[in-house]
Amino acid sequence: MGKGRAPCFDDVEVGEAVPPLQKRPDTRQLVMYAGASDDYVQIHYDKDVATAAGHRSVIVHGALKSAFIAQMLTDWIGAAGRLVAMEVSYRGIDYPGDTLTCRGRVTAKRRDGDRNLVDCEVWIENGAGQVTTPGKATVAVPARIPRG
Amino acid sequence: MPVITSEMRALIHLDTVPVTYEIEKGAIRKFARAIGDANPIYHDDDAARGAGYRGIVAPPTFLRSLVPGPERTPFPEPFDRILDGGSQYTFDEPLIAGDRVTVVSKLVELFEKQGRLGTMLFKVREIRYQNQHGRLAATQRTTTITY
Repeated sequence: MGKGRAPCFDDVEVGEAVPPLQKRPDTRQLVMYAGASDDYVQIHYDKDVATAAGHRSVIVHGALKSAFIAQMLTDWIGAAGRLVAMEVSYRGIDYPGDTLTCRGRVTAKRRDGDRNLVDCEVWIENGAGQVTTPGKATVAVPARIPRG
Repeated sequence: MPVITSEMRALIHLDTVPVTYEIEKGAIRKFARAIGDANPIYHDDDAARGAGYRGIVAPPTFLRSLVPGPERTPFPEPFDRILDGGSQYTFDEPLIAGDRVTVVSKLVELFEKQGRLGTMLFKVREIRYQNQHGRLAATQRTTTITY
């Protein structure tokens, strides 16, 4: 799905940015996600419950934000890459209607047996540019892209 | 006053009742639509096979839909408000439509903090997802905050 060229181990550079992914979850998407993930915690669809808990509206599922970060990574690495590990912390609340931008940056390259691993820091910024959702991830990529 | 009791601590490391899910194509497609991911490997068998999978593959966080079974002894929850603190995943083998995945969760850590929201109780659970070959397909370490 990646629009750019999929990364290979020989070419990827520490400090390189992962192509960002923008998402704008709305209340409809939260309901779809609640159903698809079997998560019926009410602060994600019942405004009265959400405001009673001190939120200004229903809030975006943390796990949906994890799904967005995973999509950014799988879009980037393409069919030949594999997501190996991912860690995400929900430090800030996000609300539907806001534009969430997933970003990432390569922090290390290492070999583990026959796997070529690339470590990244990843995060989501809200529309005001605040990082609400920091994390890290490891992907496995081919050593090099075969020349066609 | 601390909210964590010895009764709560006694529940650490106890496995939930295992529950086995068949990974269904329809559920995968529905999840992929819900997260807004149009990657054809989640929707189309040929595309998935072209990418080296046996069939339609589940998005990485599809694991969230495979809800663990009940705790053998229910956690004596002192709070009614809940927040998700975050998750740490390791993905060892992809989940492919038709796979059978057995899910077992256990509480591995329990701690409390004073914060903006008052006393917050943190429960860290480790969820293991084993496929029909008896191999660990993935692990999720997830933190639930109640307050």
